[in-house]
Amino acid sequence: MLRAAPYLVAAILAGPVAAGALGALVPSFGFLPALGHDAFGLAVWRDLLSWPGIGGSVLLSFASGIVTAGLSLALAMLFLAVFFETRAFIWLRKAIAPLLAVPHAAAAFALAFLIAPSGFLARLLSPWATGWQRPPDLLIVQDELGLSLMAGLVMKEVPFLLLVALAPLAQIHAVERMRMARALGYGRIAAWFKTVVPALYPLLRLPIYAVIAYSSANIDVALILGPVSPPPLAVQVLRWSNDPELDYRLIAAAGAVLQFGVTAAAIALWVAAERILITLGRGWIESGNRTLAEQGLGLLGRVLFPALLLSAGLGILALGLSAFARVWRFPDPFPSRWTLEHWQSVGDTASGPLGATIWIALAATGLSLALVLAMLENERRTGRRAGRALELVFYLPLLVPQIGFLFGLVLLAELIGIAPGGGLVAAGHVIFVLPYVYLTLSESYRRLDPAWSRLARTLGHSESRVFWKVTLPMVFTPTLAAFAVGLAVSIGQYLVTRLLGAGRLDTVTTEAIALAAGGDRRLIGAWALTQAVLPVLGFALALAAPRLLWRHRRGMLGAVQ
Amino acid sequence: MTGGLVLEGVRIALENRELLTLDKAVAPGEVLTVMGPSGSGKSTLLSFIAGFLTAPFLATGRVLLDGADITHAPPEARHVGLLFQDPMLFPHLSVGGNLLFGMPAGRPVRKTRAAEALARFGLEGFADRDPATLSGGQASRAALLRLLLSEPRAALLDEPFSKLDRHLRADIRSFTFERLREAGLPTILVTHDAEDAEAAGGPVVELAL
Repeated sequence: MLRAAPYLVAAILAGPVAAGALGALVPSFGFLPALGHDAFGLAVWRDLLSWPGIGGSVLLSFASGIVTAGLSLALAMLFLAVFFETRAFIWLRKAIAPLLAVPHAAAAFALAFLIAPSGFLARLLSPWATGWQRPPDLLIVQDELGLSLMAGLVMKEVPFLLLVALAPLAQIHAVERMRMARALGYGRIAAWFKTVVPALYPLLRLPIYAVIAYSSANIDVALILGPVSPPPLAVQVLRWSNDPELDYRLIAAAGAVLQFGVTAAAIALWVAAERILITLGRGWIESGNRTLAEQGLGLLGRVLFPALLLSAGLGILALGLSAFARVWRFPDPFPSRWTLEHWQSVGDTASGPLGATIWIALAATGLSLALVLAMLENERRTGRRAGRALELVFYLPLLVPQIGFLFGLVLLAELIGIAPGGGLVAAGHVIFVLPYVYLTLSESYRRLDPAWSRLARTLGHSESRVFWKVTLPMVFTPTLAAFAVGLAVSIGQYLVTRLLGAGRLDTVTTEAIALAAGGDRRLIGAWALTQAVLPVLGFALALAAPRLLWRHRRGMLGAVQ
Repeated sequence: MTGGLVLEGVRIALENRELLTLDKAVAPGEVLTVMGPSGSGKSTLLSFIAGFLTAPFLATGRVLLDGADITHAPPEARHVGLLFQDPMLFPHLSVGGNLLFGMPAGRPVRKTRAAEALARFGLEGFADRDPATLSGGQASRAALLRLLLSEPRAALLDEPFSKLDRHLRADIRSFTFERLREAGLPTILVTHDAEDAEAAGGPVVELAL
């Protein structure tokens, strides 16, 4: 049973991706017998490529993948270079978890509420600094170049890259590298980029490719901050697949396949640029130059990091103010009259979206955690670590554009006759929750000294008893953290819920995004705030529970043994 | 001889390189000291006897305990207790919880017996204590007590005194050996400290690299 765990996990992750990709590829060549199309041909592709604005959509998706990843990586590295081993570094570590917990959509709404012409920022600065008595007629949110879209993505991807960069710093002896380089006379920033980054970057490759994939194919942020016409490719595919005219499914399928291509091309361009930079970088490292714009970059990092935190904080505050505002005239910085009535829709439907969000998150995360624990425990018992292939499989759902395989998966589910609904949605969430649960838990689980379980066995306990009585309690704290991460990932899912629920199942995320087009700010505020608060609550519980449980067990509260 | 721990033609190899060969009987209450530099396979020998030897190590020969062949028994069925460099008291359990975890299930008055045993070891009233609050010497005694209460038929000590402060070491060492002798356990001690071997007072085997 336990031995089957790694194969089961691989099947759960790779199966739907492969099946879904096939489910999009076949109809893209005109073959969809369920709708009466049974002749292979290139007509669908011709329709797709002559669709007005398709070039713009492709370019936008491609650019947001590359630009977001480049900017996020540059910022993450800059922040680490500037703050590594300083007192502010502790703050940086602490700031990451809540920033990561806020779902993409809520972060996008927060940014929109902050930077819109009638947004919080304009209100705070008007009229004393800007002279505006009325919101200026500017297209800031949903601008045609996708700048606000990329800004929204960067806001979420920087904390993600910081998190994955922090984990291996001890393993690559970053402290010693920095000290050695500083002792040789290198400035802090030059030392970081010349001695730490070359060792760190190879470990960040897969996460960076995941950022490219996500940013080039993302839907929820694009629906809130992205341009409307032409929209990014993934949004266009979603429009086609939602069209009441069923024949649009064919062109949607071809669009999904095209999205695969766009994402793959963006990653390929990145890999090529990476090669060139590595070659150029070697000469730069060996050039002996001791500084890298130390003053300027240092200042930039010290300004931009607080700015990132501040904009996230102010954005969430703006969501909160809107959610309780009855009257909020421009340019008043705060509402003049307050009300609770926007919360009625959230409260009224608690058995609906709120309840559905919670049970789906608990089910998907519970199942994912059980699978990951079974896999890690099997690994510990057999002494064989999961191979490189399995590690790649864990990244697969993160490296492949969601719309690319989910759309095909829906077509397949329809063909087989699986009814869309809560069960299917929860199962779909597992595909995305499982990798994150694995990535957060595996490190701590493997670090647990095997001597503990050996000792317990010499005391006469069987392997399964040792798992429940020793191993599981000892990794309880990281397990809870992984559970909170899983909940956050599930709560934030939009596309899976939309597609596998066939639009009939609403969660707080689909509800909030559905309101985006309508533009009722007060209602959006209430739903987006709910969406942001739920995962943060999960994290707070995951942090508080071990402190309470182990308050008389000092050995359990420090680092993991 | 049927009592005690018998190593019969034990050979341990790392891939193709032979690490050690040993043919020894350890009588109840006797301490066999195995000495040698690191890398000579001392700890590997203990892993083999306790049932944890894994690839790339290979072992042949038999381990007999009180006449029974335990070479292929699962670790939990061998009744062989271990002491490590660190006391390794489970951090999620109280001191008393650690002892109860080690004691066989289904015996009467387990809690009372644990409390009495603590008192005998100079740890009276420590049952509810957090193991993280114990001093080095107290933790060593608690670990030894956990081993004894688990009713083993042999004990394996893997450099258990090497991390203790100098001034504690002699006391803890003689305390440990006395208790093991009282319990009549055949014991194997692995160390690279000659003083340990002397204090153990039993036969000594030197391993070469």
